[in-house]
Parts: sequence; C-alpha cells; structure tokens
Amino acid sequence: MKKTNVIQAEDLTKMFGDFKAVNGITFEVKKGEIFGFLGANGAGKTTAMKMLIGISIPTSGKANVAGFDVFTQAEDIKKNIGYMSQKFALYDDLTVKENISFFGGIYGLTKARIKEKTKGLIEDLGLQEVSNQLVGSLPLGWKQKISFSVALLHEPKIVFLDEPTGGVDPITRRQFWEMIYKAAHDGTTIFVTTHYMDEAEYCDRVSIMVNGKIEALNTPKKLKEQFQVDNMNDVFLKLARG
Amino acid sequence: MKRFIGFITKEFYHIFRDTRSLFILFGMPIVQILLFGFAITNEINNVDIAILDHSKDATTKEIINKISASKYFSIKQILERETDIEAVFKKGKVKAVLNFETDFSKNLIKDHQATVQIITDATDPNTANTISNYINSILQNYQQEQNKAIQIDYVIVPEPRMVYNPELKSVYMFVPGVMTIILMLVSAMMTSISITREKELGTMEILLVSPIKPFQVIIGKVFPYIFLSVINAVVIVLLSIFIFKMPIQGSLFLLALESVLFIISALALGILISTMSATQQTAMMISLMGLMLPVILLSGFIFPISSMPLSLQVLSNIIPAKWFIIILKGIMLKGVGIEFIWKETFILMGMTILFIGLSIKKYKIRLE
Amino acid sequence: MGITISNISKSYKEVKALQDISFEVKPNELFGLIGPDGAGKTTLFRILTTLLIADKGQASVAGFDVLNNFKDIRKHVGYMPGRFSLYQDLTVEENLQFFATIFGTTIEENYDLIKDIYVQIEPFKKRRAGKLSGGMKQKLALSCALIHKPKVLFLDEPTTGVDPVSRKEFWDMLKRLQQKNITILVSTPYMDEAALCDRIALIQDGQILQIDTPEAIVKQYPKTIYNVSANNMYQLINSLKAYQYQHSVYPFGEFVHYTDVRTDFKINDLKMYLEDANLINIHIEKTQATIEDSFMELAK
Repeated sequence: MKKTNVIQAEDLTKMFGDFKAVNGITFEVKKGEIFGFLGANGAGKTTAMKMLIGISIPTSGKANVAGFDVFTQAEDIKKNIGYMSQKFALYDDLTVKENISFFGGIYGLTKARIKEKTKGLIEDLGLQEVSNQLVGSLPLGWKQKISFSVALLHEPKIVFLDEPTGGVDPITRRQFWEMIYKAAHDGTTIFVTTHYMDEAEYCDRVSIMVNGKIEALNTPKKLKEQFQVDNMNDVFLKLARG
Repeated sequence: MKRFIGFITKEFYHIFRDTRSLFILFGMPIVQILLFGFAITNEINNVDIAILDHSKDATTKEIINKISASKYFSIKQILERETDIEAVFKKGKVKAVLNFETDFSKNLIKDHQATVQIITDATDPNTANTISNYINSILQNYQQEQNKAIQIDYVIVPEPRMVYNPELKSVYMFVPGVMTIILMLVSAMMTSISITREKELGTMEILLVSPIKPFQVIIGKVFPYIFLSVINAVVIVLLSIFIFKMPIQGSLFLLALESVLFIISALALGILISTMSATQQTAMMISLMGLMLPVILLSGFIFPISSMPLSLQVLSNIIPAKWFIIILKGIMLKGVGIEFIWKETFILMGMTILFIGLSIKKYKIRLE
Repeated sequence: MGITISNISKSYKEVKALQDISFEVKPNELFGLIGPDGAGKTTLFRILTTLLIADKGQASVAGFDVLNNFKDIRKHVGYMPGRFSLYQDLTVEENLQFFATIFGTTIEENYDLIKDIYVQIEPFKKRRAGKLSGGMKQKLALSCALIHKPKVLFLDEPTTGVDPVSRKEFWDMLKRLQQKNITILVSTPYMDEAALCDRIALIQDGQILQIDTPEAIVKQYPKTIYNVSANNMYQLINSLKAYQYQHSVYPFGEFVHYTDVRTDFKINDLKMYLEDANLINIHIEKTQATIEDSFMELAK
C-alpha cells in the first residue's frame, strides 16, 4: 500500500540577504512516519522548519505540507498541524485544565469536544491529582507530556516537535517517545528535531542538515552502514566534520 | 580603578549601541521641550466668539470694535436671536457669546448701568475662565476710558501686574517642569532599567561571582547617566534661551549645581527602584507610575499645589521634583540667589542622602 | 584546592530543591553532576558560588567557607551559569577584555590557559557576542570564565542545547584544562558525557543517588541487560511491557534494554513469547550497562 506524502519539499531555499540559510533542500515525509530532522546549530534546521509550519515564506522552491502550499496557503497549514517546542509550550500561570481549554479554543474545538478531550488527556497521563494546579509548579517532564498532548488536541495530520525532550530525565524521555510511537501508530506523522542522538535511532528515517543542505537522508540503520559506525552519534560526527 | 574604568567603558558601549535608549535619552527631551513650548499653551489667541446685539447702538458698536481689534478674539458670527446661542455652542463654532441687552446706551446714560452677558463654553473650564477674564478686562478698559470724561467718586481701579511673567507666557511655566521631568526620566528610569537588565539577562550572576564590589557596580552604572543628564540639562536650557527667548535671571552656576544635585537624587531613586525590580518591565512601570505620574500631578508643574486638598499638599512634600521646580523657577524666573532657596536645597540634599543610604542597604550581594 | 559539601539542604517554599547533600571533589578532579532538569544542580552550583545561602549544612570551595569567606571565593572561581550570560551587544574581544579587567588581570597574562579555546573564535573577535552560534558562545563563555586562572571552575550545563559536534569539542577542551591544575565541577543532563568524568554524582529530585567513578557505577548495576530488537519498535515495547517477567523495558536507540525479574532467565523463552506476538527479525543478546541504565535503575 503506497503511503501518501504529507510533506513534500523541492529545492526549498531561504535567503537572508546574501546568506543562504537553507540551500535548496528536497525531501518527502510519508504519512504515519516518524521523521527525524537533525543538524548542528546554525545548519538551517530551524529556518527550514519555520517554512514548513507556515511562519516564514521561502525565497524559492516548492513545498507542500498536509496538502497545502507553503507560499499561498500558510494559514491552512497552521490550522492542520500541531506544534510543540521547548520554548513555546504552556502557560505557567494557568492550570492544566485552563491550558487545555485555552489551546482547544485556539484550535477551534467546540466546548463539548474540549471537555471530552480534557477528560481523556487527564486520564491518559494520570494527572487527576494535579489537573487544577498551575502548570508552572509541575516538573518539566510532565509539562512536556502535556504539551505534546495539547499539540494533538485538534487531531492534526502532522505534528512538528522542536527539541521536545531537552533536559528531561531519561525515564520521562522514554515515556514521551512512547507517546510519540502511539501517535504515529494511530496515523499522525511526526516531524521531530533533537540533539539526543539516541532519539534519532527511534525515527523511521532521518535527515541531517549541514550548512543549509541535506547531506544525508535514510533510515538510521542504512546511515550507520553507510558511514561504517554503530551509532547515530558517530554518523553525525563524521558528517559534520566533513 | 582600572576595574572601574573597564566597567564604565562597557556601560557606554551598551548605551550607544541601543538605538532605542539613545532615542529616549536625546530625542525625547528635545521633542518634549518643543512640544510644550510651542504647541501647548495656556494663553488664548484668536478665539472665535459670536455677538448677539439687541441694541445695535453706538456704544455697543464701539465695544464690539474694541474686542475685534484685540488679537485675542475673532468675531466669527453675528447672531439674531436668543435661540441662536445654544445652536452656535452646540456646533462648537465659538467659545463665547457676548449678549448685549436692548437699549444698552440708553440704560447706561439713564441708570448708570447696562448689562452685557458673557457666555462661555465651559467644557474647558480653564480656557473659559481665561476668556471671561480677558473680555472683562477689555470691558473694564473701555469703562475707564469713558469714565475719564465723567466724574465719578470712589472708583477702585485694579491694576493687575503679572510679576516675573508679565505676558503670562506659559512656556515660562513649562520649561522648569519639563526639565525636571526629563532629568527624572533619564536619570531614574534609565538607571533602574540598566541595572535590572543585567539581572534579567543573567550577567548579574557573573558580576556577583567576581571581585568587583557592589558600590563599584552601582557607580559604574550611574556614571554615564550623570554625564548624559547634564548634557540634556544644558540642551534644555539652551533651547529655552534661544528658541523661546526665556531669560535666565539668576546665576547659571547655581543652576548647574542644583541640577546636579537633583540628578543625583533621581539616580539614587533609580538604583532604589532597581533593587525592588526583577525585570526591566517592572522597573519601567515603577518609574512611570511611581515617579513620573506623581511628579506631573503633584509637583506643581501643571496644577498649583495650593489649590489641592490638604492631604495632597502634604503628600507633595515628599516628591523631590516639587522642591526642584521651586528652585528652578526661583533661579530662572526670579533670579534669586542661594539665600532664598537654601531651604529647598537642604531638603533636596536630605532626600538624596536618604535614597543613597536606602539603595546601599537594599542592594543584594546574593541572588535571593 | 577542592570542594567539600556537608549536609547541604535548601528549599523554596514547599519544594525541596536539595536534601542533605554531602560529597567531596578532589583537587584537579573533573567531577560530573549528572541529573535532569529540576534535580537541584543549579541550586547546588549557586550555593557553592556563594549566590545563594543554604538552609542547612556547610560547604567550602578552595579552602574558603561559602558563608564566611564568600569574598575570597568570588575572587578565585570561574563560573559559567546555565544559559548564555555574556553581553550580547559587546564583541567577543570586548567581552573578554571586560572580564579580564573585572578580575584585575589582562588577556595576555593568562592567555596560554585559554589559547586552545580562543583560537577557535579568534577569527570572529570583532563580532557581537549575540550573533555567534551556540558552539561559539560556549567557547567564549568558557574563555571568560578562565581568563583569571581560577582555582575552581563551575560549569552549569555548558553543553545543553548544543549539537553533538560542539559538545564533543567542549569536553575535549575540558580534558585538556584538567592538566593545568584546575578543579572542575560540571553539571549535565547528558548521561553519555558522564563517562568522560573522573568521578560523577547522580542526582535526582534533590537527592544524590550514587557517587563513584563511571566504571564503578556501571559495574554495580544489579541485573544483566539484554539488547532486544525486532521489526517494529512500538509493538516490541508493548509486548515486552506486557511480559509477566519483565523488570524493566527501556528503548535505547535501535534496541530495547530489557531486564528480567528472574535470575535464571533464558533468552529462548523471551524469543518464543515475542514470536507469538507476531514479531519477526528478533535479536536478543547480552549487553553492557550504561550510566543511563544505572541512573534509571537508581531513580526508580
């Protein structure tokens, strides 16, 4: 069964003045895939992601996200994707329930639906005791898990995760990735960037950006074979070294 | 010493590389002075009025001519009946209406008395008052001229003289006030923001874990702003003298000294505010709400203190700006020497020492 | 010139940031404080650099007491706090110059100490610090912390958020610094960096889980770990978790680290169970424990 492409980029470029932050990248992501988008700081990852989620217009090239064109249908893209990052997560001075309500409202969910989703989320994550506590008082790991669930409230086709597990303890990190697996299993496509190279291994396919270009794009296994190493960290080191 | 210079060098880098603070430091004072000097004025000029003359005789014509000849008024409309009055006010075309009764001249000669109503649009009570007064003095003037010819006993002729500001130029009132506000703004607000910015960015942590002492940090932060405030004060005085032709009656040297004293008190306040704020936004809010607003309202800058309720009059005493404005007006407009303003100077000095003492006490050498 | 910490406790309202922490860092040791966000690392660092006062306990740095001799400590330590805290609108050169001046020294005086690090950013010395990449900011911050030749260096999560290449370079620099007679205390959430330290302390929720050399900690792991892989990771995890004898199931890259509750565990039993669950390409083999395994086991 041929899976459809939920993200398709062709020669996507972004220039700031003379500087080519993203230099003609081409790739696709299939439905239900867990796609790892890696690269060093300054390689162009964040810029590329901003174009895909509709908050930055590319300089040239083509790209389609969730069936919408990044140039002309940016607003539609935003409505059909989920986004979570370390920096933008939840409001510390609202409670868990209030946060869910707020974001549910922003995503256009009806009150009934929000109520339903809130109940489900709280049960799934075991947050019954803290549902009326301010998010700011919760440990980082819980915040991340709630953030992820909130990004999925409106059941988007694709979820973009920008370094979602930074600083979180190893057990919670894995619980988080189990949530990702489940979402992918249910058909949501996951586009994730991370600095934890072991997390790169959890992805179905991985791309590595160096200086604005994609220098590698394959399954973790094939990449390790290609570079003759036994872990993704070494793949990265070999690539970035040139 | 070298440490100190290194610190001050850094502070100057920060100031000159931040275009926004440069604008506040230099652009704003100039803009404010020009605004207040030219645009905002308490005087009246060419105010539109309407006339309803039921008599239409020689006397009323003379009075009307006199009024229209003055630069203060411009006769916009001649009304025909009483009902026109409300209409013309509602349309906002005029600010006052003169209503001469019927048989004006006759009544003046026969009963030694005639009435003219001065109706003013008091939606702006200050202007209405002024208009009323001006019209009154024109009428008085006319009366006096007429009465010279006729002998009447026991006439009291008031001779108003506005001392120190004969033309009642509002710029004379505003310059001391604006200068105070700008010095307060630059010194207090900018200093407090500069210190809290270090806290907010986290560089304060590194400064604390170093041999540099707290007083060196404070003075290092404050020094550039003293320098810039003095420049601002000079610019304002120069603008006042050359553009507004405001004469500085008193000693420039004394003016400079008192200004430096006030600047230091404002800086000390800025430091005090920074010890109470964790973020730049808080510092700015406290500076605006806690300093700027009380200064504008309670220092005597716009609203005379003596007209305020007693409780506010008492409150105004704790505002350094109040004392500084008295000092400024004294030196600039009255030309007095230190003998007349020593009390205010003393109070200002006392306040400055208090603020500095409090700031030193509250300055945290740790993060909590 | 090391660090001693005795029974340090610190709370913020009801949150117990640090609970009765005690350990020592030997002179010239490269010591790692390993733990996730919220473990108490930053709080401990702030107490040792005299920025906070502990509720209970004592500590000394380079022989000076943190409470009574804090001024001396502040002269002799280098501190690199959690996030980048240098002056964004000053250039690389100006930042370094500023910190040298603050510490009463010059760039030239201790240049040999920072030379290896500084040469990497020297081409950018006239660039504003705010415009540097993450890796370069780190190097600048490290140079500024070293410019006065401190006796003890405190680095609070210096590699967080930075890519693997820069992280590796940073640790190479730290290893070289160790040879120059500086005691270094580093905190990090990355378990793989723990292996590069002389000794480490695993910390979680304000408590120390264990202190020892990385090798010793790993040796003390109580169970045998097996690498398990199959064709579908998600299914594999679920099946393993449902297995009645499982003790721990943790994904680790392309494998799952599996431990069993039984001491007489047989690989074949597990293999058959997984085959019954319709998994194929099953591989199971023994593997070495890592610091991360130890951490998770201790934190349970």
